[in-house]
Amino acid sequence: MAETMLAPTTAPPRGIRHRTAAARSAMARSVLLHVVMVIGALAMFFPFYWTLVTSLSPGTGLGSTPTLVPANPSLESYQRLFADLPFARVVGNSLLLATITTLAQLFTSATAAYAFSRLPFRGRTVVFGVYLATMMIPLQVLVVPLFAELRAWGLVDTYLGALLPTLAAAFGVFLLRQAMNQVPFELDEAAALDGAGHFRIFWTVILPNIRPALATLSVFAFMGSWNSFLWPLVVLRSPELQTLPVALAGLQGQYTTEWDIVMAGSVVSILPMLAIYLFAQKYVIQGVANTGLK
Amino acid sequence: MTALIGDAAAEVAGRGLEETPAATPRRTRGRRARRLRYALTVLAFLLPSAVPLALFVLGPMVAAAWISLTEWNLLAPAKWVGLENYANLLTDPETADVFLHTLYYIVGYLPLVYVGGLAIALALNTALKGRTLLRGVYFLPVITSWIVVALVWRWLLNPSNGVVNTVLAFFGIEGPGWWTDPAWAMPSIILASAWKDLGFVMVVLLAGLQAIDPELIDAARVDGAGWWRRLFSVTLPLLSPATFFVVVISLINGFQVFDQVYAMTGGGPGGATQVVVQQIYDLTFRYGRAGEASALSWLLFIVILAVTVVQIRGQRKWVNYG
Repeated sequence: MAETMLAPTTAPPRGIRHRTAAARSAMARSVLLHVVMVIGALAMFFPFYWTLVTSLSPGTGLGSTPTLVPANPSLESYQRLFADLPFARVVGNSLLLATITTLAQLFTSATAAYAFSRLPFRGRTVVFGVYLATMMIPLQVLVVPLFAELRAWGLVDTYLGALLPTLAAAFGVFLLRQAMNQVPFELDEAAALDGAGHFRIFWTVILPNIRPALATLSVFAFMGSWNSFLWPLVVLRSPELQTLPVALAGLQGQYTTEWDIVMAGSVVSILPMLAIYLFAQKYVIQGVANTGLK
Repeated sequence: MTALIGDAAAEVAGRGLEETPAATPRRTRGRRARRLRYALTVLAFLLPSAVPLALFVLGPMVAAAWISLTEWNLLAPAKWVGLENYANLLTDPETADVFLHTLYYIVGYLPLVYVGGLAIALALNTALKGRTLLRGVYFLPVITSWIVVALVWRWLLNPSNGVVNTVLAFFGIEGPGWWTDPAWAMPSIILASAWKDLGFVMVVLLAGLQAIDPELIDAARVDGAGWWRRLFSVTLPLLSPATFFVVVISLINGFQVFDQVYAMTGGGPGGATQVVVQQIYDLTFRYGRAGEASALSWLLFIVILAVTVVQIRGQRKWVNYG
């Protein structure tokens, strides 16, 4: 299976008729591997396909199952979704919160990473250790006091209440610091000789040199916010302030048996993330791979 | 945290910056001003992240410890009860249940995603056509929210007209009641979760595989080692750092399983899938027992920390950092 062999990309030149038995069995193995992988990929993809088909088959409920290709495809379920619920508002909420969270995390992570990468001060290692430790704390431990804290400030059921705990994340600091450490110090020195201070070096030298890492962080921050559930569930009570995942979970309670509506909502939730992913696949994969290898 | 930053600033300010000892008072003043400016620069770069982390992570962390020592319903003033919450939790059979359900989830989920992710990573590491596309498809569930994954699988595994049972019926097999049946509810959640995380594990392991020097594997082949032998004696030992990362992260996340449980079963049927975080959520927001919920969340944190420390301690035995 993991035999490193080149899958032939072109037909063999005429004249090479006498393949050895070994080459033939290797060829057979390669074909088999391709078949297995494609079947696996189709199986992985099927739930997405089925979600889409269900959402296009209005009236799918307890008694009926859609067919592999929707019999009378229509967007009726989507129309109902947006008519019955403040669903457009919900999508807007999710977009707004995810965008602000992403921008905020880019800013807070980049500035902190600059300090940890470029500004020596005594106790820096300790402070960085404290930052990393915050990554280890499960959100569940924080939910109760965080809720009490924001209620004391009168921020429960507000956008601000949903946003505040997401403004800074140690993961982003860690990611960008790694990237900044790869930027040669000679560049800073050259800029400093030209009279640039730290703020200008940060802005004109460092940031342009870590664009891929900034892209990776943007995708992750956006994805984290777009898909986050527990905190928005706890802090946002009004239907018109809810985010997509929370509204979807509620949708299920409301339309227990109307799977077409629930699946239409799911499609709406998947599409924006899918678009971003297709656009930035390289950065997502790199980001995941890099976190795994120190 | 803020105290730490203050310390750091004081230390920075109290530190000479590659300066020769001052000869004149005027230069001293100049140097002091420069030190102060440097300290302020450091602060300016740190504060945007330090303030939110202090206010919304470290502060609540300490507060949670205090709340766990009280009886509190989120409204009336909290009543100090000392370690009573912990004593109650440790003697309550329900606590053991929610931890056991969580363990059941981890024990089912981890081998599934690891073996699956490894198989796909090994396949993608060969000269496969359309590798990027395949990798993209396998990764797709990773970017999907847990809630959507749970809803979609609830629909796929719908006992009466879900597609899975429909297909099984076609082959003359009567499918189980999945999430409506206490015996099958946790397997349903495990299945959905493994489907979602397979791509994540695959990418990490693939990065690990690509970091392995192919000559080592070729050498084993020349020595006559077969495919399985090469996998177990060469590839897996060299892949151990990536494996270690996957196991540590999966356990940390596995203990915190919640979103998919909440959306798929809500802890049911009959409490069969009541996991630790679902219990924390219910204690707080359904029963108004925030003190107990905080105690339980601290217990969970201690368990996660202990498990992680044990793994980091034990990695010397099997992880091989070349």
